[in-house]
Amino acid sequence: MIKAILVINNHGKPRLLKFYQHYTEEMQQQIVRETFQLVSKRDDNVCNFLEGGTLIDGNDYRLIYRHYATLYFIFCVDSSESELGILDLIQVFVETLDRCFENVCELDLIFHVDKVHHILGEIVMGGMVLETNMNEILQRIQEQDKIQKQEAGITAAPARAVSAVKNMNISQQLKDIKLPDLPSLTNLKNAF
Amino acid sequence: MRSAFEEVGRPKFDQSFQIAQSTFKLFEEMALRKVRSNIDRIFDKSLTDLIRGIRNNKDNESRYIAQCMEEIKMELRQDSIYVKANAIEKLAYLQMLGYDISWASFNVIEVMASTKYTEKRIGYLAAAQSFHDETEVLMLTTNLIRKDVNSSNMYESGIALGGLSCFITPDLARDLAADIVNLLASSRCYTRKRAVLLLYKVFLKYPDALRPTFPRLKEKLEDPDPGVQSAAVNVICELARKNPKNYLTLAPVFFKLMTTSSNNWMLIKIIKLFGALVPLEPRLGKKLLEPLTNLINSTSAMSLLYECINTVIAVLISISAGGDHTASIQLCVQKLGVLIEDSDQNLKYLGLLAMGKILKTHPKAVQAHKDIVLRCLDDKDESIRIRSLDLLYGMVSKKNIVEIVKKLMEHVEAAEGSHYRDELLSRIIGICSYNNYQYITNFEWYISVLVELTKVEGTKHGAKIAEQIQDVTVRVESIRHFSVSQMALLVENAHVLLAGSAQQRSNLCEVLLAAAWICGEYSQHVRNVQSVLESMLRAKTSVMPGHILSVYVQNIGKLYSSLLSQAEKEDDWDAIESLDNLMLSKLPQFELSEHLEAQERACTLMTIIRIVEGLHQKKEKMAHEFALLYDGELNPVAMKAQRKVPIPEGLDLDVWIGEEWVSSAEESENESDIEATFGQPIHQPRYELGEEANEETNNTNHKKTKKKEQQMTPEEMERKRKQREAEIENNPYYVKGNATVPKRPTKFTTNVERQEIIEKSNDIQSPLEIPGVVGLHRYMEQQDSTLSWKKAKESKKKTKKGGKKGKKKQRGESTSSEEENNVVHMVNRNDGEMPEGARSTDDEDEFTKQTTDEFRALDIDLDAPLRPDEVVKAPQAYTRTYPSHNKHVPLVPRPPTTFEPRQSIPEVSTPPKIPKKTKKVKKTTKKNQLITSNEASDSKSNLFNMDDWLDSTTTKSKMTIEKARDTLVAEKKSKKKTSKKTREAYEETSGVCTPSIPQAQTPSGSNLNNGQENNYISLAANKIVALDYLTKPSLDAMDHGRVRIFIKVRNLGKSKLQKIELSVVDTLNAKVIRNEDTILLSDELDLNENCESSFEIQAQSIDVARIMRGTMTYFVVEDEGTSEDKLDIRLSLPTTTFIVKSKIKKDEYSVLLASDDVDYSASSQVKSVTGEVNLKAILRGLEQRANFSIVEETAKAASLFARTISGQAICLLVKKTSDGLQIDGKAGEDQLIQSIVQDLSEICARI
Repeated sequence: MIKAILVINNHGKPRLLKFYQHYTEEMQQQIVRETFQLVSKRDDNVCNFLEGGTLIDGNDYRLIYRHYATLYFIFCVDSSESELGILDLIQVFVETLDRCFENVCELDLIFHVDKVHHILGEIVMGGMVLETNMNEILQRIQEQDKIQKQEAGITAAPARAVSAVKNMNISQQLKDIKLPDLPSLTNLKNAF
Repeated sequence: MRSAFEEVGRPKFDQSFQIAQSTFKLFEEMALRKVRSNIDRIFDKSLTDLIRGIRNNKDNESRYIAQCMEEIKMELRQDSIYVKANAIEKLAYLQMLGYDISWASFNVIEVMASTKYTEKRIGYLAAAQSFHDETEVLMLTTNLIRKDVNSSNMYESGIALGGLSCFITPDLARDLAADIVNLLASSRCYTRKRAVLLLYKVFLKYPDALRPTFPRLKEKLEDPDPGVQSAAVNVICELARKNPKNYLTLAPVFFKLMTTSSNNWMLIKIIKLFGALVPLEPRLGKKLLEPLTNLINSTSAMSLLYECINTVIAVLISISAGGDHTASIQLCVQKLGVLIEDSDQNLKYLGLLAMGKILKTHPKAVQAHKDIVLRCLDDKDESIRIRSLDLLYGMVSKKNIVEIVKKLMEHVEAAEGSHYRDELLSRIIGICSYNNYQYITNFEWYISVLVELTKVEGTKHGAKIAEQIQDVTVRVESIRHFSVSQMALLVENAHVLLAGSAQQRSNLCEVLLAAAWICGEYSQHVRNVQSVLESMLRAKTSVMPGHILSVYVQNIGKLYSSLLSQAEKEDDWDAIESLDNLMLSKLPQFELSEHLEAQERACTLMTIIRIVEGLHQKKEKMAHEFALLYDGELNPVAMKAQRKVPIPEGLDLDVWIGEEWVSSAEESENESDIEATFGQPIHQPRYELGEEANEETNNTNHKKTKKKEQQMTPEEMERKRKQREAEIENNPYYVKGNATVPKRPTKFTTNVERQEIIEKSNDIQSPLEIPGVVGLHRYMEQQDSTLSWKKAKESKKKTKKGGKKGKKKQRGESTSSEEENNVVHMVNRNDGEMPEGARSTDDEDEFTKQTTDEFRALDIDLDAPLRPDEVVKAPQAYTRTYPSHNKHVPLVPRPPTTFEPRQSIPEVSTPPKIPKKTKKVKKTTKKNQLITSNEASDSKSNLFNMDDWLDSTTTKSKMTIEKARDTLVAEKKSKKKTSKKTREAYEETSGVCTPSIPQAQTPSGSNLNNGQENNYISLAANKIVALDYLTKPSLDAMDHGRVRIFIKVRNLGKSKLQKIELSVVDTLNAKVIRNEDTILLSDELDLNENCESSFEIQAQSIDVARIMRGTMTYFVVEDEGTSEDKLDIRLSLPTTTFIVKSKIKKDEYSVLLASDDVDYSASSQVKSVTGEVNLKAILRGLEQRANFSIVEETAKAASLFARTISGQAICLLVKKTSDGLQIDGKAGEDQLIQSIVQDLSEICARI
């Protein structure tokens, strides 16, 4: 079982929190801080497994994380999950994000948390791995986007126009702060 | 938003025509305002705006968010769902930032109920993020979720299932279980997959759903879609991980999946599952070794390779007892070695992790990689270092322990972060104390290590170190001298140890506890008792924790006792007096300790010393008596010894020992009475709290108490009492009857004294270096120098040594260490003393190891047949609201389609339902076919199948995967054949079984039982005695195949019978359950009297009729005297003996007939002599004698049903033919049905 999925940036700001077990908001923030503490002091060339922390509660939970550019993708899992399997799952998740957002960067995650949640919902459900085939995931997401567009086409036209205006100069900004491409996506060991 | 625009335009237009010119201006303002407000809606902050706003307001973020919250609250008051969805979307974002959004729960539900997919999705997202078990509004969502889950839009259904997986509650689980199970049959794999995964959450919250739905879940293991298959594997693995034993019977299915699947995700899960199952069934492990080894050799996926190795290790652990598996171990270790040496840190970490598991059972195999592991200790990665620490246990030997510990100590010094340091510390202690100090040859070295460890800053292992020091000192007699000398130095320099920060102090204090205790307990080894005693008495009561103070007080007593006896021996009355004075002047400050235990002990000791001092003034020697207080050697006691002390017989702690005490108020006056009652007042036995409690035996305590009692004379008692009264007078904490204001002594009274001590202590410079205390480095140095001395011969002695060391020598502790350097330490390596009659193994602990409550609820036996009440029901109320779903019928699993062991339902079968489209079923009954519950796999037969499956491997252990596949294919084929056969065989009976004739319920069992009462069959008879018998399957022991036999003895003769005994010869298959050789039927039987008796028979197999032979012996009492006689009997047990009445409904019956469960048939014809057959009578006869129940009856034929005591179903068709009867039977076993039909035809012929 996956207990929690956290995406935290290099400064400890949460970009996505998904807990599959109930914690109060306060506790969640504490977990984010603590996990960030643990993760951030580790070099990039050490192993991706961690023990310890409140989130882990001492029993058989582990933190498995990957660090991409400015973001840490952290999965908290118990011993029923394969460590290397989860690393691959993180890879699948990030690659999917990369395809959905076309060169994903932190800003995409900042401004489209909802979409990231929906993508995650296609990969993990209730703490269990739902789908690992990226093509399948992408197809499902595209179909849902289509529904969204259809619905939005009827009702949200004015709102979209307004937000387009509001976004006018932002888009340029977005481009400017684009983060470096995902490192070594292709080089990483693929277990499958 | 469209509506918003319309509103903007229209009112303005209409009203401009209707309203007069004069009011136009006013109107315009109003209209404008309205336009404004509507446009504002458009300009409502979207999520993007909110995020941008937060980013732009970094300085006053919380204020900005508070403002946004207000806006959101406004928006939520709007009617438009669009606006609400927008607000909820923002809230979901704010939730991530740590803001509580539970107040908006209801709005979240409103958005969830939106008809638009996009909005619904926002609602479900917010719900998934913020709802939990305590969210009350969740009660309102049941219908909404049911609707969404069953939505025709698969994505709508998908988000509902996904959301539900996050916030499902026990209520929701109960109410929606049926819907979710229905979705398992969805045509879309997208939905099926989610439904399968959600089932796990349903089971967690509502364990009752597990048993009825499990067969459906199991079917999904064979789903055509690999995703669904994988999800099912996932769920079953999760379930099995918590309660593996219930899923053992699934092993064949998983084995098949493992050998055929190529989906690595699924393989990993399955292999992990096997890892959990293997410890329960070693045979499974043997079967797995081969395919796993193949996978290890063939796979290129590291994750899969790693999991295979892990499971092989689990296998090896489980079968470590028998067989030679060095090849497998070698393979694992070799592969792990590759992993550990890989440049990828992740693989290195995992390699070490797995290596740790091998270590437990095959330490030798791991030792080959000692160098690599030791190298990993220096790795820059902390996780890897900790893992390699785990492995150290296996690497340590007597030879290298010093070296390894030295290395670890270096790490301790260099370590950053307390977590790793603490880990190191506990590992060092763990390695050294392993198996009661197995690896340690030089205990002085170990004591030095421990002393060195006390200097480690900020560790939390102080108590552990102290415990070790004590333990070593107690166990190793030869080390005591050295240990004591070291501890004495620690005690003398306690103030140095206490000088650090509070955290450090708490750590080091624990060591003082050990130090004080060792000095006191082994005071004979203390060189300068006086100085140790003085430094103990100087202890800073304000700084030192109470539990240590109490140990101090106790050991001050011991030291005092040792000094006293010495002084008295020398008749040095001056010394005695000064000693007493020292005690009496210093002890009172301990009496002021805030710690109750310390205070109490101090008071007691003080009182005793006053008494002793008083006697000393009369020049009476007290040392011997006083020493008795602390007499006795302490031995190590096993950890659980206290708990294991058996309660002596007749001990009742609740009973008053003497007469009941009158009342506490009169207590002091009545003390003499009490003394009269008890002989002597009882003194508090000596209890050492804290660490020693473990080590002190009950016995020694007891012994000491006794001695103490003996020693006290009545005069002393009287004096003591008076003193106590005086003390009570002065004690501020003693609540007295008459309220004199107590003079309250405070801690400040002793301040002056303490100041002096502190000043004195300032002389010593370096904070943690205590001169004379041999830390590890010093010890090693010394040892080296010792060696060189020996070479140089002892002529050049201490004088030649450097100043520092010379000083140390003067302190005099290391001389001993040198001399004893070559001493072989005798270590008391016992487990410790245990009370008589106690076992050292502990079963209690295994209980606590159990899984958490949540998972314990899921510890459900899945193989046991379903009870009729075990169905997942949809609440009735809901079925009304959704007419399309009004077939919310109880859920019953259909028969399994795998080659699985089959399940059966004894007694009553489950109510049918669930429309299903199985080909077989269609063939037999065409319309509205309903499925019975999962039949025919009684747990026993299950196990048999498992056994077969498992044993098959042992014979062909060389079977390769390919072969395994072949066999599986073959199995499938043969299966198809049998099912075909079934169908053919069935054609004859189908005509009767179709539910064409309405038939009332079968007659109730009670009537039948009544009829059966008189159904005794004659067994044997002679002139004197007649035996009748009746057999009844014993119901309470269904699984054991027992039959109870009732024997009625009738006395036909003219004389009394005595000692009627029956002896029955056991056959291969049937045994009488008894204690003695013969069964006593009756002691005495008068004329014309009957007696009844019964015994049980255990049958091994029930598929053939059998006959048991026996003899009845009895004494006939006649006037001439008694004579013995006997009667031979033949007890025939037809197969019908083992049949239990069981009811079944017509439709279930027909389904059963169509299934594979009754695939053997037999038939027989009974010719009627008269040519006339009374079918009714025959049926009644079958009901009564053979326990069959009628399912259907027509004029010419009837179908009957029953089960064997092991739960196998037996179907019977009795037809009237032109000249007799035709009996056709069907059952799951060939032999069984043959013999049953045979027996039945015999019965029928007799009727």
